[in-house]
Amino acid sequence: MTRKQQRFTFIIVGLLLLGVAIALILTAMKDGISFFKTPTQIMTENLDPTTRLRIGGLVVIDSIERQNEVLTFQITDNNMNLNISYKGVVPDLFKQGQGVVLEGYLTPNKLFVADSLLAKHDENYMPKEVADSLKDQGHWQGQTPPTND
Amino acid sequence: MLAEFGQFTLILSFFVALFQTTIGLLPLLSSPLHHVNLRNATQRAAKLQAILIGISFAILLILFASSDFSIKIIFEHSHSLKPLFFKLAATWGNHEGSILLFALIISLLGGFLALFGRKLDDKFITLSLAIQAMLAVAIIGFILFTSNPFERLFIVPLEGNNLNPLLQDWALAIHPPLLYLGYVGLSIPFSFAIAALLTEQIDEQWAKWVRPWTLFAWSCLTGGIALGSYWAYYELGWGGFWFWDPVENASLMPWLAATALLHSAIVMEKRGALGSWTILLAIIAFGLSLLGTFLVRSGILTSVHAFAVDPARGLVILGILFYFMAGAFSLYAFKSGHIKQRGIFAPISREGALLLNNLLISVMLVTVFVGTLYPLFIDAIGGSKLSVGAPFFNQTFIPLAVPLLILLPIGTMLKWKRGDLGEALRLLLWVFFASFAAVLIFYYLSGYKSIMAWAGMLLGIWLIFGALFEILYSARFGQLQWHIALRRLLNLRRAKFAVMCAHMGVGIMVLGLAAMSAWRVENIKDMTIGDHMTIAGFELEFDSIENVTGDNYNEIVGNFLLSKDGEALGVIKTSKRRYLKRDTPTTEVGLYNHNLGQIYVAFGQLGEDNKVQLRAYYNPLVLFIWLGPLIMMLGGLLSLTDRQGRKIRLTKLNNSEVENE
Repeated sequence: MTRKQQRFTFIIVGLLLLGVAIALILTAMKDGISFFKTPTQIMTENLDPTTRLRIGGLVVIDSIERQNEVLTFQITDNNMNLNISYKGVVPDLFKQGQGVVLEGYLTPNKLFVADSLLAKHDENYMPKEVADSLKDQGHWQGQTPPTND
Repeated sequence: MLAEFGQFTLILSFFVALFQTTIGLLPLLSSPLHHVNLRNATQRAAKLQAILIGISFAILLILFASSDFSIKIIFEHSHSLKPLFFKLAATWGNHEGSILLFALIISLLGGFLALFGRKLDDKFITLSLAIQAMLAVAIIGFILFTSNPFERLFIVPLEGNNLNPLLQDWALAIHPPLLYLGYVGLSIPFSFAIAALLTEQIDEQWAKWVRPWTLFAWSCLTGGIALGSYWAYYELGWGGFWFWDPVENASLMPWLAATALLHSAIVMEKRGALGSWTILLAIIAFGLSLLGTFLVRSGILTSVHAFAVDPARGLVILGILFYFMAGAFSLYAFKSGHIKQRGIFAPISREGALLLNNLLISVMLVTVFVGTLYPLFIDAIGGSKLSVGAPFFNQTFIPLAVPLLILLPIGTMLKWKRGDLGEALRLLLWVFFASFAAVLIFYYLSGYKSIMAWAGMLLGIWLIFGALFEILYSARFGQLQWHIALRRLLNLRRAKFAVMCAHMGVGIMVLGLAAMSAWRVENIKDMTIGDHMTIAGFELEFDSIENVTGDNYNEIVGNFLLSKDGEALGVIKTSKRRYLKRDTPTTEVGLYNHNLGQIYVAFGQLGEDNKVQLRAYYNPLVLFIWLGPLIMMLGGLLSLTDRQGRKIRLTKLNNSEVENE
């Protein structure tokens, strides 16, 4: 093999592998990605119950209830409230008034069934999407979201 | 006064670095006659710069140790009752201090290069130190202009705000320095790459120089990532160890690039080929380190690990990243044509196998890169907000990693220049049978099911046996008399054992991952004192609950009696801690090792009347997930201790044996 042929072979192999990677990426995009929505968007838009959603908001004061292992509460973007049901590990930082991010699916009666509940390591931290959506709607209280910690 | 002195030495180090950059770049203009003088001056500057910033960092440590709350970051992140170890760890548990640590490591590595780089030629080391100093200028400048760690408060508070409780933990105290050693360790290969492009000397010698530095950075990065993962496992309280979180990916990407770089540098050193590609990898690896620092520092991506974030200052890091990468890539585009292409090689050979390794690792890197940055990209072009979760990475990364790992033992059995695939496969057939037999035995003994998991176990054992076989084969066990082979084995280069450790470590980690993916058991239950819970054949009895006061926290501790088949095994404790001055509680998990598995218990939320929610897991082989990387890291460090001298000894030994035969 001459050097040119050799390099050509390697480039072909490299491109093939890259093609495989791109194919994998495109197929994985289908169920590996979740779209971020605010409670208002969820309540007003018509959403497909099979798409995975990621929502963020503040936990409504006095809305947290626990029945056995199932936790129910409401989150708000200070415009509309959304009912959440969640079963699983509750992070230490979860409490009313706290910004949280949830992932899961929406049932037709607008109950959001979450399988992942995220509150941050840092008690002052507000999830970026939540802060942005609050700002967009003019409900931003001026609480500095990320502080040094 | 001390703080002002610390700031003063920091400013001095900035100017020394500036000076070092300027004179370090002069060899590009001057005649070769002056190179020795410029080299000496640059080396002295590098050492001086390291000492100055070292003093500055030491002062910050002293200030933290003595809880001087007149310093802003100490007030914000420390507390007088905190144990000394965590007072010191708080130094880098905040934005300013951690960036100072980053700068310190850049300067220290430059200093070490000046000390130990005697063999490097004048022009090359001078230019490398200039680039290293240029990085130091950027980072120290960033500290001085935006993030001064020595900033004072006008009204001195009596007590500090305490460190974020989650960071008050031994693993997370040493995780950042180790990770930074890895990130910043890659700055030396970067500086070498730029110096090589400037001098247009890209050859085997360059690969020989760059390898130990890459190995060092890679080892630290491996250890740092594993430690972070172990911390997440026991501190976040839900027993996960890898979330494909942006911050985790940010450390995985430079690790992948460094792994590829290590392997391509071997080809370059042994065969003189892949020069241009290796240089590119060195640039990319450090670029990804900077990108990782930016992603972590800026908090631009939503992450469960977001500490010490500051979007505005993050942008400055982005600027630094763009400056160095744009510069490096333009230089590469301009000069890479001058790199002599040497060494034809056959696809079926060690170098061919290493190239395939590089291609596979690179596309794995691409998938992680795309998955991590895609949300940012979509957000930037004004699209909908979205996030890429674990399923994406599992579906892209794993299908690429599996073939790489299956092929790994085969690649190590191929010879340089011209490998014999048939021969390698014939030899490895026995290894495969042995691995398969081992899997059958384990299957029979454990009774666990799941074909996918056993396939994973087979892969792990295949890697371990393959690594062992390769080294025994190198010592020619089976061909020579066993005592001669044993003597040969003991005299093999340490680098050989290092390779074995690294590859075996991967296998051990795969075993842990496979077992955890299929056989982990979880149970959640509300309990009061006297209640029982069963998990994976174990029984947990809620024995008692007590209040304990620690140095700077109060905690509620639950005691659980663990037994199996009526036989008492011991007590597991889990607790909720509340640190002084911090509002949120943390969960301390209870761990109990039994055979190769681990029982993991953690308090969920605490109710009234001693009513608690308990989460328990049985995690089979979970410790292998970190034991593997630990062995990989030790392998890397072992390889660093390898000297050419041993090679010479072996050559002598070989010759004497040949005579004996």
